[in-house]
Amino acid sequence: MTDTLRVVPDALALVANAAGKVTLMGLQIAGRGGTALPGLVTLQLDPDYIAALTRALPHGVVLVSGTNGKTTTARMLSDIAKGSGWYPIHNRSGSNLERGIAGALLADSSWRGALSGNLGLFEVDEASLPRVLGRIKPRIVVITNLFRDQLDRYFEIDQLAKRIGDAIAELDPSTALVLNADDPIVAFIGTRHRGPVTYFGVDDPSVGGKIPQAISDATRCPRCKAPLRYERVVLAHEGDWSCGQCGLARPPRDVSAKTIRLEPSASEIELRVAVSSAFDPIRVPVPGLYNAYNALAALAAARALDVSLVTAARAIAAFRPAFGRLEQLPVDGRLVRLVLVKNPAGFNAAVGALLETGRHPKLLAALNDRDADGRDVSWIWDADFETLAPSIEHVVVTGIRSRDLANRFKYAGVPLDAIEVVDEWGSAIDRAVGSVARDGELVVLATYTAMLALRGELARRGHVPPFWED
Amino acid sequence: MDLRIAHLYPDLMGIYGDRGNVIALSQRARWRDIAVEVRAYTTGMTFDPDWPDLFFFGGGQDIGQDVVGADLQGPNGDAVRKAIAGGAAAFSVCGGYQLLGTEYLPEVGDPIPGLGVLDVHTKAGKQRFVGNLVAETPEGLLVGFENHSGRTYLGPRAVPLGAVVVGHGNNGEDHTEGAVQGKLVGTYSHGSCLPKNPWLADKLLTWALERRHGTVRLSPLEDREERLANEQAAAVARARP
Repeated sequence: MTDTLRVVPDALALVANAAGKVTLMGLQIAGRGGTALPGLVTLQLDPDYIAALTRALPHGVVLVSGTNGKTTTARMLSDIAKGSGWYPIHNRSGSNLERGIAGALLADSSWRGALSGNLGLFEVDEASLPRVLGRIKPRIVVITNLFRDQLDRYFEIDQLAKRIGDAIAELDPSTALVLNADDPIVAFIGTRHRGPVTYFGVDDPSVGGKIPQAISDATRCPRCKAPLRYERVVLAHEGDWSCGQCGLARPPRDVSAKTIRLEPSASEIELRVAVSSAFDPIRVPVPGLYNAYNALAALAAARALDVSLVTAARAIAAFRPAFGRLEQLPVDGRLVRLVLVKNPAGFNAAVGALLETGRHPKLLAALNDRDADGRDVSWIWDADFETLAPSIEHVVVTGIRSRDLANRFKYAGVPLDAIEVVDEWGSAIDRAVGSVARDGELVVLATYTAMLALRGELARRGHVPPFWED
Repeated sequence: MDLRIAHLYPDLMGIYGDRGNVIALSQRARWRDIAVEVRAYTTGMTFDPDWPDLFFFGGGQDIGQDVVGADLQGPNGDAVRKAIAGGAAAFSVCGGYQLLGTEYLPEVGDPIPGLGVLDVHTKAGKQRFVGNLVAETPEGLLVGFENHSGRTYLGPRAVPLGAVVVGHGNNGEDHTEGAVQGKLVGTYSHGSCLPKNPWLADKLLTWALERRHGTVRLSPLEDREERLANEQAAAVARARP
């Protein structure tokens, strides 16, 4: 490690740091990984702990937030930072509330509060973003997109966007924003910032989902509420938008995809940047348009960090996806793809990625309604099961709300004899894998805690490492 | 036979999966060989009061509700009232339910008038009711998920759709959930509501078809998946309100 910090945070932060580390050690001795407790203990003692520890990081703090894609974007950015010879401190496991950030700092700090990295890279839950922005002074804030997600927890996207915008308006102008130009809600937030903004977007005229976009998160202008006009819809409400009434429109893109070539398990992006010559196409080794967006967000952030795009492109080409984000594993001679779905936009994007390649995969679909999944399962009725239905030959349905999900498939037009409900994780995996021919493919669509349970079951059988070692 | 459904403001009032209600009504008609046409009725259009057999009116964000409330103050509101007076049925959820009522009283400021076709009024509440919702009705359990801060109170012409078993329902005080008045139904149940409460979907279909086709006896459907979804949701709600 080259430039380890020698900063002594204040006494309270040190006490909180020690208390958190003791808790962490206690849990490790007890053999329990991945819990929120150490971060909670620390923040209870010192609510300004994160600011105190990160204040003097030489490369500053990058926050990555938004509804979908923040884990993947942050991981890409982590690989990019490492490729530039930096040492990111990163809440990798996707624990993205304040306590998760505190937990990452605890794991990477000495008893004296010195950090073993030089860049803070934190994925932040979008509902927590306003509070986090009120407490620390980040170098960069990346917002990938804002869709409705788990309404029972976040209530309404307009209110959330307003709270984020209010926090952005208070930010020091030295903070740089990296924003999705194609997302009207996110782009409008950029107009409230007094400092620099790097916008990214997709400018390939041939790109658009095969999915009819039935989502009404942002069909209205975020400024004047008039209906938005779209020249082109890329994903859900992301696209080439403008307001005919007040003139708000998609801002110019600093980092843009001139062309995107989609393949079954990857994509290639030809990049156009404001000041640069030609690059080779950038290989993104994870499928789907939404992952191309994640790569664009990471590339734009790299640009805002003054990292060379060649370094960034190399890191992205070597990228491996995170838990449940299109992981692929061999199980008994079949290829199993794990796809985390948690809201209509994410579901439609995942289904779009599946259908773009013309496949008819066998499915295992799992719906839970715990806090981390969203307790309201209504969202499945906004997700476009109708587009998926004709491609379904067989689907095994499981989870706490398996019957709601089976009913959704029924109303989407899937024949009843193609829907099999299996109410136990292990049996559901057995049935689903058994329905696939050798060398065939099984696609697992699951909400967060359902994915944890299924993955735990696969880990028990030795197919994947346990989550917290990830 | 054919059925016409007008989906009120789908671009502004449809963020809680309420589209599932239109899917349920349409599919349950099609499964009985009844042709279905769904039209969006939204801002910038002139509503045709003679077309709809059935209105669906979902819940929305506050911003959506403001725009819709304003539009319904004009000729489009008159058109909806005329359609309902002419025998159209209506199913409304959450924000749509509130807007069918007489008025909405915000915490500050003047009352906002509703369409006034359903004898209910709503006051702003401080605490938001978020969680599973189960109500007992004469036809069985109504299950869903509520997410509202408005407190709705029934006037003498409306009767409750059900009695709250789990959750808060209309106002968290009188244990009532939803309202029925003639062929109009309002509820706080998202979920979506009709796919797992199929008896209510069929009641609405019967009322809607009556307008142009007289009394129709719907052929029974098996409804196994619907019943199992209802039972599982009710069990989850009892265990985790």
